[in-house]
Amino acid sequence: MNNRVVVTGLGVCAPNGVGLTNFYNALYNGNSGIRFQQELADLDFGCQIAGKPSVSTALMENYFTPLQLKGLNSSGIVYGVLAGTDAWMDAGLQKADRLEPSWDSGIVFGTGLLGVDKLKEAIQLIDNHNCRRLGSNSVMQTMASGISAYLAGILGCGNQVTSNSSACATGTEAVIMGMERIRCGKAYRMLVGSCNDSGPYIWGGFDAMRILPSSYNDSPHMGSRPMSKNASGFVPGSGAGALVLESLSSALERGAYIYAEVLGGAVNSGGQRGSGSMTAPNREAVQRCILDALFDAKIKKEEVDVINGHLTATSKDVEEIANWAETLDRYGKDFPLINSTKGITGHCLAASGSIECVASLLQFQQEVVFGNINCDPLHPEITKLCHPSRIPLKTIAYKPNVTAKASFGFGDVNACVIFKSYKKTDDG
Amino acid sequence: MDKKEQFKKVKEIVTVYLPEDVPKEAISKESNLINELNINSANMVDIVLDVEDAFGIRLENSDMDQIHTIEDALNIINQKVVNKNN
Repeated sequence: MNNRVVVTGLGVCAPNGVGLTNFYNALYNGNSGIRFQQELADLDFGCQIAGKPSVSTALMENYFTPLQLKGLNSSGIVYGVLAGTDAWMDAGLQKADRLEPSWDSGIVFGTGLLGVDKLKEAIQLIDNHNCRRLGSNSVMQTMASGISAYLAGILGCGNQVTSNSSACATGTEAVIMGMERIRCGKAYRMLVGSCNDSGPYIWGGFDAMRILPSSYNDSPHMGSRPMSKNASGFVPGSGAGALVLESLSSALERGAYIYAEVLGGAVNSGGQRGSGSMTAPNREAVQRCILDALFDAKIKKEEVDVINGHLTATSKDVEEIANWAETLDRYGKDFPLINSTKGITGHCLAASGSIECVASLLQFQQEVVFGNINCDPLHPEITKLCHPSRIPLKTIAYKPNVTAKASFGFGDVNACVIFKSYKKTDDG
Repeated sequence: MDKKEQFKKVKEIVTVYLPEDVPKEAISKESNLINELNINSANMVDIVLDVEDAFGIRLENSDMDQIHTIEDALNIINQKVVNKNN
């Protein structure tokens, strides 16, 4: 069985916009979601700027019951439930009725570390010999699969319900895992995506590694500079992105709107061999991952016309552009259009892949390619490989045909997914 | 807090944990928390913690084992409150 897979729903909870409309408008206009964080300044962080979705209590009440809200202290669950529920509704799907789940609907919703603030609460109680005061919700808010468990309970999904974890490749990997499950006929639809907590306990480890920019505390919007000569590290972010994947036949039967087709994808690892390490990607593995994704999608190198890169705003951006150019054998003006939405959102870590897939799919729907902010001046090594006209500084009108979206993560892990525009004549 | 107020307080606490399809009017002294009010058994520990906070008492595991109905809870609460004040 080899079912075709399409995207029928999107949801997002990002630093630059909660909900599809806000997110789209912010990307379209290049409005940054990165802000000065007093909390980080109070804790003497080097980098005191970050991307954090703005979610009001009133908004949370639309998604959680009063009981679920009681003692809720896991920002990743909040972001993930908002994005996941929105994607489900955007696809025109209903919550399952109270007695029986939807056996054909599953969830792969990943994360890095979930509920770290809840964990802190628990650790303090335990260390004070007060374990009995934890209450019942400590486990479900801190287990890695908490986010998929919350979503499954809210929506009533009865197929596979799980959470993957592959650092900053998590979101893109989840899309590929969901695609594979529908392709082989084990589910009709899969809610896929990822979330990442916000806050000092998430971002501190990266600050300690000195890989975050520390000279933009007074100008947060300028801190995240993918592909720029002045890139000085990634700005930490958080949030969630979600996609409803569905078999083409199920989507057509429901008359659902189709954002694009998921043509194929690949995941791999460089095994921390060769140029790869715990924190650096093995170049050969990255190139193989992209090639494998193209092969899986049955797409030729010259057919890719838009790339949404991983491009976090570190010195590795040059290497990533070189990997795309060498793999696709496309240079200069022949290089596909490329963007990194991280200039606007920051690097949302485990949530980055899914948030950026949502951005890439909105580009199909709205027939645009989002502009890159803060990449001026471009890194000279990048302009040697890719003509500056291929890196739009402002949003341009364009009908994407084949988009390659890649994410790379600590542990030397890679994921690349291929989306293709869907036309009604493609039916069948 | 007199006994009437105690009942009102317990009712308030329990209401938060009711499933969406059980109205708070369903709570009477005779109600069995798990079997009749359909409260998730995992939430019994949360109810106990809320009761401890509301009445300034401590409920042991053995107390918890004896709580099946609202009335059971009220009896134990009253006992603890009286002991505390003596």
